[in-house]
Amino acid sequence: MTLLRMTGIGKSFPGVRALDGVDLEVAEGEVHCLLGQNGAGKSTLIKVLAGAHQPDQGEITWLGRPTTLPSPVAALRLGVATMYQELDLVPGISVAENVLLGHEPSRFGFTGGRVARQRARALMARLGHPEIDPDREVGTLSAAGQQLVSMARALAHDARLIVMDEPTAALAADEVDNLFRIVAELTADGVAVLYISHRLEEIRRIGSRVTVLKDGRTVAAGLPADTPTSELVDVMSGRAVDTVFPHREVSTVDSSREVLTVEGLTREGEFRDVTFHVHAGEVLGIAGLVGAGRSEILETVFGARKPQAGVVKVDGRPVKPGSVPAAVRAGIGLAPEERKAQGLLLDLSVAHNVTLSSLPAYSTAGFVDRDRELRDSRATLERLDLRPADPRRLVSEFSGGNQQKAVVARWLVRGCRVLLLDEPTRGVDVGARAELYRVIHELAAAGVAVVLVSSEVAEVLGLADRVLVLRDGEVVADRPAGELTESAVLDIVLAGSALTESAATQGAVTEEVK
Amino acid sequence: MTELRVLDPKSAPPREEPRRRRALDLRLAGLLGVLVVLCAVGYATRPDSFLTEANISTMLRLAAAIGVVSVGMTFVIISGGIDLSVGSIVALSSVWMTTVATQSYGPVVMVLCALLVGLACGLVNGVLISYGKIVPFIATLAMYASAKGLAERLSGRRTQVVTETGFTTFFRGDLLGVPVLIWLLAAVFAVGWVVLNRTTFGRRTFAVGGNAEAARLAGIDVKRHTALVYGIAGLCCGIAALMVVARTTSGASTNGMFYELDAIAAVVIGGTLLTGGRGSLIGTLIGVLIFTVVGNIFTQNNLDTDIQNIAKGVIIVAAVLLQRTTSARRRGARTT
Repeated sequence: MTLLRMTGIGKSFPGVRALDGVDLEVAEGEVHCLLGQNGAGKSTLIKVLAGAHQPDQGEITWLGRPTTLPSPVAALRLGVATMYQELDLVPGISVAENVLLGHEPSRFGFTGGRVARQRARALMARLGHPEIDPDREVGTLSAAGQQLVSMARALAHDARLIVMDEPTAALAADEVDNLFRIVAELTADGVAVLYISHRLEEIRRIGSRVTVLKDGRTVAAGLPADTPTSELVDVMSGRAVDTVFPHREVSTVDSSREVLTVEGLTREGEFRDVTFHVHAGEVLGIAGLVGAGRSEILETVFGARKPQAGVVKVDGRPVKPGSVPAAVRAGIGLAPEERKAQGLLLDLSVAHNVTLSSLPAYSTAGFVDRDRELRDSRATLERLDLRPADPRRLVSEFSGGNQQKAVVARWLVRGCRVLLLDEPTRGVDVGARAELYRVIHELAAAGVAVVLVSSEVAEVLGLADRVLVLRDGEVVADRPAGELTESAVLDIVLAGSALTESAATQGAVTEEVK
Repeated sequence: MTELRVLDPKSAPPREEPRRRRALDLRLAGLLGVLVVLCAVGYATRPDSFLTEANISTMLRLAAAIGVVSVGMTFVIISGGIDLSVGSIVALSSVWMTTVATQSYGPVVMVLCALLVGLACGLVNGVLISYGKIVPFIATLAMYASAKGLAERLSGRRTQVVTETGFTTFFRGDLLGVPVLIWLLAAVFAVGWVVLNRTTFGRRTFAVGGNAEAARLAGIDVKRHTALVYGIAGLCCGIAALMVVARTTSGASTNGMFYELDAIAAVVIGGTLLTGGRGSLIGTLIGVLIFTVVGNIFTQNNLDTDIQNIAKGVIIVAAVLLQRTTSARRRGARTT
């Protein structure tokens, strides 16, 4: 029997359409897998289900009856419990308190410690871990232990549908087995599980059906879980929205001038022995899953993280490791992944944001030359076609694409030699993307060495001259972009995360690459 | 770098938008209105004495020390920090500059002593916070206790009278018909305003307080900057100590008591965000004046200080509530 049916769900944020017609149908007692590339809309969909986001359009029915999920509490009451990827536990309090957080058994307002402990103990036993003490502080548990607490919390709500967002990301192999056993028991009791994972082999093992999201839309619903890998990859990568990548008739790569050299860069637990070279006018794309170490590498090159080994050179001269000011002086610029949290000063004007890294050049004896600042900012905004090109407006008043241009403008004004772009088009709508793509190519044409990290494989392939594929912190492929296809890259990336992926996929990789 | 072409040459250059400072201006205008209303109340209750030159001069001289401390506090709070030690630093500076030994070197050394002690305490705060990674609340709380203790030890808890007449003559005197203390107050505010709004230092202070991570990733040395901001706050305390000593002709470990609370209150009333990144020195100045006028009204009407303190509390809450309604904070929705 159908437990949950979502039809035509749409959700917009300022400047971006996160969900654009999602259909999802989950039956009682099944493990329904949700598949899609980063940015396909999975997280937004989960938040809609959890009552954290309100959809702009679409219908939700629960056991055949139309319903809404106006708040997280309402979702829980209905029977939808969510286990987020970043565990939402309170580390400083006990297991029992976490499990029953928000609906503590109480009498006359006093919390009933004994009842809570008993219930928590019973739930942990049901999950196969009676040894976890309900009085234990959650922060002292391992990642797997915390996950169990998170699951116990879902069960404590008598959930009919449990949403699991990449539950195995932090687990070792035997812990994964235990998780799957629990999932099997839950589904035998009629509980449905919406399972999100990048690991296709897990989906094969426990999944009943698969729904694939792409660009905020359902592109395949209710596929059997044993659909061949190549077919799933095709569905995931088939572009519903055709983003036009600008043509580059002439390559701008000046192979005689190597601008950025990275050799043997290592940070334990993040990435190992990363080596690459970028020439003037070249765009190097870095592909890989979230967590493969992409942003960490960029931030280390930029000096925001200190490497344990390896060197970064600009124009052959080594850059002092672990120092952002040194990297900036050497001519490196970074447009960070989290535009608002790491890139912009939302309370300041565009001009102030643009000149932030070049203030000494815009001041005499410490006094800022505000006329020159405004003039140069405006000229740069016009060069990047940032609209409206009024540098005195607050940066928070601009759309995502224009904010990204403001970050790029900061390094343009400084005259950088190397530009590191971390997810430059995240949260940017299609039209503004095309403009950003043009800007990136024009920067390259002007002799800048560009390193581009993106979760969208098509973007990396469309923009870059050469592509680096990362898997678990290691470079597993370094090839000219022309030799790769989107499904080939996805295959390389997914093959790595599917621990025991069949030989068929391996074959597909080599085939595609050839 | 070669020139990049404008992408669409057909589109006319967008029209310039008026400067988006209205929210701030509106708030300052509101504060100024409150100040005017308070002055009107003062005039209504004491028409004979409130608006006299003597009373205004008294008010401003009383406001001078706390005003200067508030300038430093504004820098600290805009940079995203807090300084609980300002009162104790004022006490320590005032004691140190008035010891018999210091006074024997003459007025210039006394002044330098106050400034250096203040600056040094502030820098210690700053280094502990930025390089020692101690949260500002705790680091400055520690300074609050130890500076106060040191001041008591230096003075033996006695009031040290200033016998150096050169110092008192100058700082208690007038310049062009206006008391030197008021000149000093005006000068500190003017310099503070210029530094905050016209220099790279001020720009970076806003950046560090608005988003420290973004500032760091823009290449700003956030740690050094933070340390310097607390140094400025300490320096302001040194200047305030001079003023207190001049006004009372003595140095004591009880000087500067509760300055931290008054200064924070004035800064917050003035519209500076406690979370950092936004603020205005003009707002702080008005905040200081509002408190001074309220105090003066109560004194003039022979009302108890306890009622005055209640009134202060009400003003703080009212001012903050008022600001919340005039500044609906923009918050970009986050995706995925």
